[in-house]
Amino acid sequence: MKDTKIITPEMAKIPQGPLEKKWTNYKDHQKLVNPANKRRLDVIVVGTGLAGASAAASLAEMGFNVLNFCIQDSPRRAHSIAAQGGINAAKNYQNDGDSVYRLYYDTIKGGDYRAREANVYRLAEVSNNIIDQCVAQGVPFAREYGGLLDNRSFGGAQVSRTFYAKGQTGQQLLLGAYSALSRQIGKGKVKMYTRYEMLDIVTVKDANGEERARGIIARNLVTGRIERFFGHAVVIGTGGYGNTFFLSTNAMASNGSAAMQMYRHGAYFANPCYAQIHPTCIPKHGDFQSKLTLMSESLRNDGRIWVPKKLEDAKRLQAGEIKGRDIPEEDRDYYLERRYPAFGNLVPRDVASRAAKERCDKGFGVNNTGLAVFLDFSDAIQRLGKDVVAQKYGNLFQMYEKIVDENPYENPMMIFPAIHYTMGGIWVDYELQTSVKGLFCIGEANFSDHGANRLGASALMQGLADGYFVLPYTIQNYLSDQIGVPRMSTDLPEFAEAEKKVNDKIARLMAIQGKRSVDSIHKELGLIMWDFVGMGRTAESLKTAIAKIDELKKEFWSNVYIPGEASALNNELEKALRLADFIEIGKLMAIDALNREESCGGHFREEYQTEEGEALRQDDKFSYVACWKYTGEDSEPELIKEPLDYEFTERKTRNYKA
Amino acid sequence: MDSYINIKVRVWRQAGPKAQGHFETYELKHIFQGASFLEMMDILNEQLIAERKDPIAFDHDCREGICGMCSMYVDGHPHGPDSAITTCQLHMRHFHDGQTITVEPWRSRAFPVIKDLMVDRQAYDKIMQAGGFISVNTGGVPDANAIAIPKPVADEAMDAASCIGCGACAAACKNGSAMLFVSAKVSQLALLPQGKIEAAKRAKAMIAKMDELGFGNCTNTGACAAECPKSVSLANIARLNREFICAKLKD
Amino acid sequence: MWLKDSSIGRKLVMSLSGLFLVLFLLFHGCMNLALVFSEKAYNTICSLLGANWYAIIGSLVIALFVLIHFCYAFYLTIQNLRARGNDRYAMTARQEGVQWASKNMLVLGICVIGFLVLHLANFWFKMQFAELTGIETSAFDPQDGAGLVKFMFAGNGAWSIVLCLLYLVWLAALWLHLSHGVWSALQTLGWSSLIWLKRIQVIGLILATLAVLPFVIVVVYYLGMGVGMM
Repeated sequence: MKDTKIITPEMAKIPQGPLEKKWTNYKDHQKLVNPANKRRLDVIVVGTGLAGASAAASLAEMGFNVLNFCIQDSPRRAHSIAAQGGINAAKNYQNDGDSVYRLYYDTIKGGDYRAREANVYRLAEVSNNIIDQCVAQGVPFAREYGGLLDNRSFGGAQVSRTFYAKGQTGQQLLLGAYSALSRQIGKGKVKMYTRYEMLDIVTVKDANGEERARGIIARNLVTGRIERFFGHAVVIGTGGYGNTFFLSTNAMASNGSAAMQMYRHGAYFANPCYAQIHPTCIPKHGDFQSKLTLMSESLRNDGRIWVPKKLEDAKRLQAGEIKGRDIPEEDRDYYLERRYPAFGNLVPRDVASRAAKERCDKGFGVNNTGLAVFLDFSDAIQRLGKDVVAQKYGNLFQMYEKIVDENPYENPMMIFPAIHYTMGGIWVDYELQTSVKGLFCIGEANFSDHGANRLGASALMQGLADGYFVLPYTIQNYLSDQIGVPRMSTDLPEFAEAEKKVNDKIARLMAIQGKRSVDSIHKELGLIMWDFVGMGRTAESLKTAIAKIDELKKEFWSNVYIPGEASALNNELEKALRLADFIEIGKLMAIDALNREESCGGHFREEYQTEEGEALRQDDKFSYVACWKYTGEDSEPELIKEPLDYEFTERKTRNYKA
Repeated sequence: MDSYINIKVRVWRQAGPKAQGHFETYELKHIFQGASFLEMMDILNEQLIAERKDPIAFDHDCREGICGMCSMYVDGHPHGPDSAITTCQLHMRHFHDGQTITVEPWRSRAFPVIKDLMVDRQAYDKIMQAGGFISVNTGGVPDANAIAIPKPVADEAMDAASCIGCGACAAACKNGSAMLFVSAKVSQLALLPQGKIEAAKRAKAMIAKMDELGFGNCTNTGACAAECPKSVSLANIARLNREFICAKLKD
Repeated sequence: MWLKDSSIGRKLVMSLSGLFLVLFLLFHGCMNLALVFSEKAYNTICSLLGANWYAIIGSLVIALFVLIHFCYAFYLTIQNLRARGNDRYAMTARQEGVQWASKNMLVLGICVIGFLVLHLANFWFKMQFAELTGIETSAFDPQDGAGLVKFMFAGNGAWSIVLCLLYLVWLAALWLHLSHGVWSALQTLGWSSLIWLKRIQVIGLILATLAVLPFVIVVVYYLGMGVGMM
């Protein structure tokens, strides 16, 4: 076997200098595009979530022509909207000792030392600008009676640095970005394409024979027409691939197809196995279930998580003979407080999720499926009063009651972990450019800042940091060389060929006319993923998963049934195209998880744990970003490593006990 | 307690924007009342696909009541008979065994049907593009705590801002008016000091666009607020009126 | 012109003209109350509002406002019907907290206008109009309004009772119209907030009741008299 290729810090374009000076140095020396030239450059932005919308708006404000695409009927519906809890920033408004360094440190530690130092530091640095920007846009963050901004604490941190807008922070931030985007659409600087789905990226060779991203092929979801679009650069902000698991907290249309298109064009897929399992979701209630609903992590501020101490109590709960409130205090096991006295219920998500799984695996689950734990507010209600609790969490409680038909003020909530976020994604350098020239990737879709685990309230921070404050700078370093490139015609053979490939794929899918619906196959994939590539993975389970996914892939390509026509609105065709990619991603996740023989963050290999059941990293062997390079439809991907040398931060075992 | 029910669903089917629509009734057996309404629709679609028929097209995405994509008119109510929820948060426990449930698309001239239960709501985006923003560029803004905002004001702005743009207000309104939607955004931004500067211009621009797009005149029936999944208040409409009238009188 | 071209402008016209008519009703109602206490006093007021220039201008202004209110009502309704689109919901349900009246303002308005014609023919034509033109429009002396009222409502046998009942129906329609109209007008003027929303609805109801009650009292007073005379 030939030597594994290595990505050096220079290749990742990490600037020189001390950690806190890197971003400033970069900005001081990067190339810019002058205003007259900006008008001549077109940028395609795919996705209108926090990253996509903020990038599109910011680029248009600077003077670039932006083409922005989204699959929903409006840019305001991107799934960033569903984020509830909040957004982190190192403002230190609470005077509790917060600083940029501390936010950086918590994030990199929370990510189990599997992220790039320079990226994470930059993220912490621009976090404060985000809050300023959002307030200026009219985002109604929660305030104290003195009129200043309020904060709350979140998992994995010992300071209160999370800004929030009721339980709808993601919504308010997205609407802020959407309003900035709307302003640019109104001005004609952004051309918005709604109900369009990108189906491929178009690359064109430059004078030196190097492929550069020059456009996309997209399907108009209403008419079914395949259309071509040109851009001097292409920016992808299409979110994560959590829906590989079928059941996740992602929206129904969230998908990983854009990532797979980039991957097939030579962009590396980095750390696909890092998927975050969120501890506080409403448990599954039936086979017909279409998605899982997240309850904000902020609930863990005041809610206490427990299961019964006695197995017979758990049995009676599972049989529905008693309710949570019937179990006396002394018979309750507040297992997070027991195991992690320092952080208690506020341990990071991966730790909380695994602890819940551990209890349920031992038979202490509290609902009919045995797959749930309690999140109890009775103490908080006693301490703060029902009104205060209602004010803080009322909308979440209402949401819970609507779904479960049980009053969480009276009986403890039931929660269980569910797939929520994918830290892995397309590899990008410090400029957020993928390994394909001119192709950029931002937000959840890229792999960058969260390492192996993302802390709560950091996704919003990263999405907006990328979109408002990083990409609009770094893309200019690329575009400054492109001012001489005239707008290309979409009649070029490269575009025609890409369109033909897309049409062929669709025709192939439509021609199968098998017996199974898309969803039935997707559900099967989800079960494979949850059972074998879920919270606890072993070499054996991963090998099983790969074999089963290969089987399923055959089943899909020979037995799926898509009704209707390709040349019209066709939801089933949309879903089938996405599922074809989910199957590939699922396999890639398993391959990556199998390769990573350690436990870190969201990736837990049962072979690698301490005696107390905590994750055991193998820093000497796996302190690298695993970048997977596409080598062909039926051949195994090639592993390329980007070593993570910690220059500035000492790596420790994550300890949330003391 | 949730149990299993048999129901009939009477659904509006329309092949395309110009096609003639009609109702079709489907029978569904053994539906768990703990299922959401959209999960029931999924089951129905799976059934149709199994029968090699065209599944029902409907908009949906987040399925947790925040994206504003789902848009069904169920038994005479936008988002169905429960209060303060979207269609995706409606559960089958609101229906009983043997019931026939009528499902229609939003009906309003500004929201033409695309297919079946799917409508085109771009009109709302266009209104936002006319003025639903504060004109600040990225960067170069003051510190977030530079302006103190009284908590009650911030809270009221937040309540107005909770609008999800689903279109239920215009769908519920017998006048096809979009005033609740427009007023929510105008209120949010007019309440906050950052947004006050452009308040007059914003109100005029958004109303002009709303009128141009063919929405009706508000007659304060209150149907919009009654059906709003986020309980946006009618008081916002009064504020919009005030902002608009004052702006016009100043001209 | 924004009062015609913008939706809020049109609503403002409806609001202001409506509120003016409410004021007129209040005034007219108070005047009528005099009938219950003293026919002489009533006739004195009538004579003040007979053929004087200010009464004539007043009447014309009122007529103008009625006309504006009426025309705008149709204009708005036609636009609203168009905004609704061509397809109607197959199933509609009552929304909680939405008044029936608020959705039927045009129908109620037409009822009111219809009765208004009857009312004008019965009284105004025989009083102010007769005075102005000097034409004899009825057997009554235009100066003795009270007498006319008494005859119409109480002195004409069974017809009087029918008329009284018709008037009560009319007043009920008027009250329903105002029960939504008054607060809606205030809301359109922008006089509302989270706290005042409910209060204004109550104020609207009180004003509507105050505007209609005097008429009801007078009609009931004569109805009683008429039944007694039979």
